[in-house]
Amino acid sequence: MKRIKVKEEYCIGCRLCEIYCFVQHSKSKKLIKAFRDEGLKPVPRLFVEENGSFSFAVQCRHCEDAPCLEACFTGAMHRDENGAILCDENQCVGCWMCVMVCPLGVIRTNRKDRRIVSKCDLCEGEPVCVKNCPNEALTYE
Amino acid sequence: MALKLTSAEFEVVRDKERCIACFACARQCAFDTHTDNDGVVESDSRLCVGCHRCEVLCPTGALKIVQKERLIKENSNWQSSSFLAIQKQSEAGGIVLAAMGTDRPYTIYWDHLLLNAAQVTNPSIDPLREPMELRTYLGRKPVSFQDEGELSPQLRLEMPVLFSAMSYGSISLNTCRSLAWASRAAGTYWNTGEGGLPQELYAYNDRAICQVASGRFGVSPEYLEQAAALEIKIGQGAKPGIGGHLPGEKVTVEISATRMIPEGTDAISPAPHHDIYSIEDLKQLIFALKEATEYRKPVAVKIAAVHNIAAIASGAVRAGADIVCIDGIRGGTGAAPLVIRDNVGIPVELALAAVDNRLRQEGIRPQASIVVAGSIRSSADVVKAIALGADAVYIGTAALVALGCHICQKCYTGKCNWGIATQDPYLTKRLNPEVGARRLTNLLRAWKMEIKEMLGGMGINALESLRGNREQLRAVGLTEKEMEILGVKHAGEGW
Repeated sequence: MKRIKVKEEYCIGCRLCEIYCFVQHSKSKKLIKAFRDEGLKPVPRLFVEENGSFSFAVQCRHCEDAPCLEACFTGAMHRDENGAILCDENQCVGCWMCVMVCPLGVIRTNRKDRRIVSKCDLCEGEPVCVKNCPNEALTYE
Repeated sequence: MALKLTSAEFEVVRDKERCIACFACARQCAFDTHTDNDGVVESDSRLCVGCHRCEVLCPTGALKIVQKERLIKENSNWQSSSFLAIQKQSEAGGIVLAAMGTDRPYTIYWDHLLLNAAQVTNPSIDPLREPMELRTYLGRKPVSFQDEGELSPQLRLEMPVLFSAMSYGSISLNTCRSLAWASRAAGTYWNTGEGGLPQELYAYNDRAICQVASGRFGVSPEYLEQAAALEIKIGQGAKPGIGGHLPGEKVTVEISATRMIPEGTDAISPAPHHDIYSIEDLKQLIFALKEATEYRKPVAVKIAAVHNIAAIASGAVRAGADIVCIDGIRGGTGAAPLVIRDNVGIPVELALAAVDNRLRQEGIRPQASIVVAGSIRSSADVVKAIALGADAVYIGTAALVALGCHICQKCYTGKCNWGIATQDPYLTKRLNPEVGARRLTNLLRAWKMEIKEMLGGMGINALESLRGNREQLRAVGLTEKEMEILGVKHAGEGW
């Protein structure tokens, strides 16, 4: 399975990946509109961790032994035919068990009106974080 | 400390309609121009150096960095640059520092030289259909056909462009890596500058020209052994007659190991080599290096273009230099006094023409290759330099621009936002050497194709046929005297 890989030595902490991730998963998918008019606190699905000059972007690793799959009692959290772990928002009831068990903390509560979780969905095979990284610190291979 | 009275050179224009307060600008600016003030982004134009990093990375294009047209009311005599220099100087009481090549409007002779093309009487050549030879060998050539015996060591280049001397210390290790990797990919050479060869890049030693400068940083038998060629640095175009000073803050553990000096100490290169006070002394050093490397490596001498350049170059060749490098007034630097950078030296075009002439007149032109440096900005400049008599050119600024440099000329601050001229780990990460090497390789590839097109247009299929072929050049807008020195005719004159 193709995965998003991080080269932390080249992550410059600009957080453009977070911005483009948020926009990709917004209603309008338009940068300024998404930030300005959709009235949401921007919650991306990947997160830049920083400590001094050290930084890297972390998002769902689509684990082979994914604890979130075990924890989900509605079956919303599932593995698709390519091996990616996705959350079916129609089935999610917002119990947030996956949030509790995720070892990387990359499943977050969605701040929309419905109590559902949001996580990296690999943007249907073309992750925008990879496409918009100015230093090629993220690769999809 | 009271309020500084220095004027702001740039204006940060932020389109409030587009700004989404993502703070990418604040995170990118090492000069603290943009700051996150409790969720509100604030910009202080006075701190901006005009590197355009924020403008390029702003996801919504909300930022525009504008250079102020003038800092004082209109005045033809007092230009902003002189005004600003005095402001800074009266504030700090020191020499005003500058970096990269001079930005003063001296005549750029490349822009006054035009290339020829073949029409009717001789056919032009299509480089896509026919082979075109750009391979260049640098080093001492046999003077006559009777010369037999072993050929002197040569550097083999796939195109007549090398990367200029930029030391590890003045630039980051990632920049050195980019240059080294690209040199191998493109079949050319990079130059370590005077800061020694980082241990990690010993793997690229076959592509490294190692400098021996007045400070002798990092020079050891092992270093000499690593090099593909050695270069004695006498002077630099941006600061002829001036030494160098790498401040102690930049001398990190790695740099101290490479330069072979204690960590945190200032690395000071004296203005002259203390063992070179004459051509005879230069000869001693050249032959000391040749002896040390058992005559297996060409030895170059790099000199700044100054008034008596022709005689000096002739002396260097007679002293045994296999390659003479000439760096013109527009050449770059990591740091130099502003007044020196902007006023000392002569343009490299004139120096090149003078040196080539002189060596030909003396019959010693084949004894050394000439490499010129000092603002080669395009493949056309390369072709014109070759036609004026150069064997190859060095590119420094052009290479850095390929790596992201926006020529803000603040290298001496050590806060390069593009991650090039800095040792700050937060900033050096910004240059991914894989990306850098790819961009440099692309640049050289593109120039190579353009050079072939220009040669083909002239009906020439080998660079060797253009070398010193000044008939392929015509001048526009130059005086009699300038044309005489350059050895070119005015446009409109035939053969």
